[in-house]
Amino acid sequence: MSVEAPVVTQIPAIDEPSEDRALPGIRPHRRSFLDFVRQQPLGTIGFVIVVVMFVAAIFADYVAPYAPEEVDFMASPALGGGQPSAEHLLGADAFGRDILSRLIFGARTALSVGFISAFLGCSLGAVIGTISAFAGGKVDIIIQRFIDIMLSFPIIVLAIIVIAVMPKHVVLGIDINLIVAISIPFIPKVARVIRSAALTIVTLPYIDAARAAGYTSNRIVFRHILPNVVAPYLIMLTAYIGQAILLEASLSFLGLGVVEPTPSWGLMLSGVNADYYLIAPWTIIFPGLAISLAVFAFNMSGDSLRDWLDPKLKL
Amino acid sequence: MLRYTLNRILLMIPTLLGVAVLVFLVLRVIPGDIVEVKLSAEGNIFTEEQIRAERERLGLADPLPTQFFRYMGGLLRGDLGISLWTERPVLEEIGGRIGLTVELAILSTLLAVIIAFPLGTLAALFRGSWLDYVIRVITIGGLAVPSFWLGMLIILALLLTVGTLPPLGTTSIFADPAVNLSQMIWPALSVGYRYSAVVARMLRSSILEVLAEDYVRTARAKGLAEKVVIVKHGMRNALLPTVTVIGLEFAFLLGGLVVTEQVFNINGIGKMFVEAVVLNDLTMLQGLVLVVATAFVVVNLLVDLLYAALDPRIRYQA
Repeated sequence: MSVEAPVVTQIPAIDEPSEDRALPGIRPHRRSFLDFVRQQPLGTIGFVIVVVMFVAAIFADYVAPYAPEEVDFMASPALGGGQPSAEHLLGADAFGRDILSRLIFGARTALSVGFISAFLGCSLGAVIGTISAFAGGKVDIIIQRFIDIMLSFPIIVLAIIVIAVMPKHVVLGIDINLIVAISIPFIPKVARVIRSAALTIVTLPYIDAARAAGYTSNRIVFRHILPNVVAPYLIMLTAYIGQAILLEASLSFLGLGVVEPTPSWGLMLSGVNADYYLIAPWTIIFPGLAISLAVFAFNMSGDSLRDWLDPKLKL
Repeated sequence: MLRYTLNRILLMIPTLLGVAVLVFLVLRVIPGDIVEVKLSAEGNIFTEEQIRAERERLGLADPLPTQFFRYMGGLLRGDLGISLWTERPVLEEIGGRIGLTVELAILSTLLAVIIAFPLGTLAALFRGSWLDYVIRVITIGGLAVPSFWLGMLIILALLLTVGTLPPLGTTSIFADPAVNLSQMIWPALSVGYRYSAVVARMLRSSILEVLAEDYVRTARAKGLAEKVVIVKHGMRNALLPTVTVIGLEFAFLLGGLVVTEQVFNINGIGKMFVEAVVLNDLTMLQGLVLVVATAFVVVNLLVDLLYAALDPRIRYQA
């Protein structure tokens, strides 16, 4: 896998063993892609699903049998149609739109919102956590109090508050306020974990050395501490992409996230789209499966990455 | 223990105070104005003058500091103000609907614990067996399946098997517990599934960790029955991290309720919360957020206290 070298330098358990010249003939243990597949079967499945989703999202125009907004009125369950068939593999929704196509285009929404907001939230959280650990003293206490306050809101409640507060803003078809709403609840959680990881690094001699060499705090934080908390950062990032997708689906389901006609998995389960689910179960079964599968894939990737990079780490 | 308890309760105060201030400040920047929505909802044509008068009447025209001190003063007296929409006291409105949500929260926590304990224990004791794998699939599913989708599937399954939909929240638990439970069990299950999955996973790994400890080996070496070793030496210590997870996951539970109440059409405070956002009802949102944050902080306090009661090391450290 690509996540290898820079991540692991300070954690002895996962250091790549140096070649032992005293024992000629014995090949040093190298951890390869195949080892990963063998040791982390669930993680591998997760990564494969993630890759498939990305490919489908990027090439949605070529993969999807129909355009996401294309309406085939006769296929609406309201008129008794829309069953999964050769024409519509996974059936059609209340407007007679092809569910498979909407799922494929919905992957774009899920992945872009999920990825960008998890990235934003985790990165900001990592920077805040590192600064908190490095600064110590009053700054640390104030930041920690603030984090305590943020943590006393359930994730979705915090996200809904942000949505209520921020004016709607769409750039390049991406909902900026939705992304901010999803990323903010992650910040305190990530900051907590990264702070404790950074605390152990702050006490290491090379930080003292950097201080003695007269480096600025900025430089020490960004060049010497942050690169060493990449392992927990990456692990949380992967896991939080799943959470972000789930959150986007929940918010869209509540009518507070993505709006029609943009295809979104959560939206497919709500409002008019789901009105006929009791007579046309396929309208909700497949979108729900898509959400679950995506969240499962990212959770598994995160878990296996954790076991692979740092078996001792507990998040 | 008393000292520890007092300490922890005192620590709660700055957090809740911070929540109150933050909520006030954040909600003041809400775009859109409930007054206009309200006036137009009544179907009337209204003038600038009317808007101004209405804002004045609701106290929205006062300068921020005045509003802030009125709000904080009210809080100290246990008064959350009046809803901008219904113009009834927020506390009364919440009080009228919180019962269902509390019942649902308790029910799903109980359900989660009842499901999680056998799953977690069995998975740990039969580690690596097919049983462990089956349980792992069940718990991993719990983390990925959205509760609102599960709720819809449950409704669908009930319709296909029993042929009827459960009428929800119509019977009070005090009036007829059996009927009430038969209605509430389904939404509780759809929220509790995730909860039970998290608890079961935690329980499994902490039992495994404890069983690898020296004192467990000692207990076995001195010839104690395996049952005694597992229950008295293993489970007891494995419970500690599990209890923490139950507290931490409580926040998720509250979040899950917001969505699940929508699916099952339950008139609890989760549904109320979404309504307040849609209507821009500032005071109502304020009140709801405070109630939810307080509930979360109090539950975590209880968990910490329980933890300290179970593990004496913690109270001596503090």
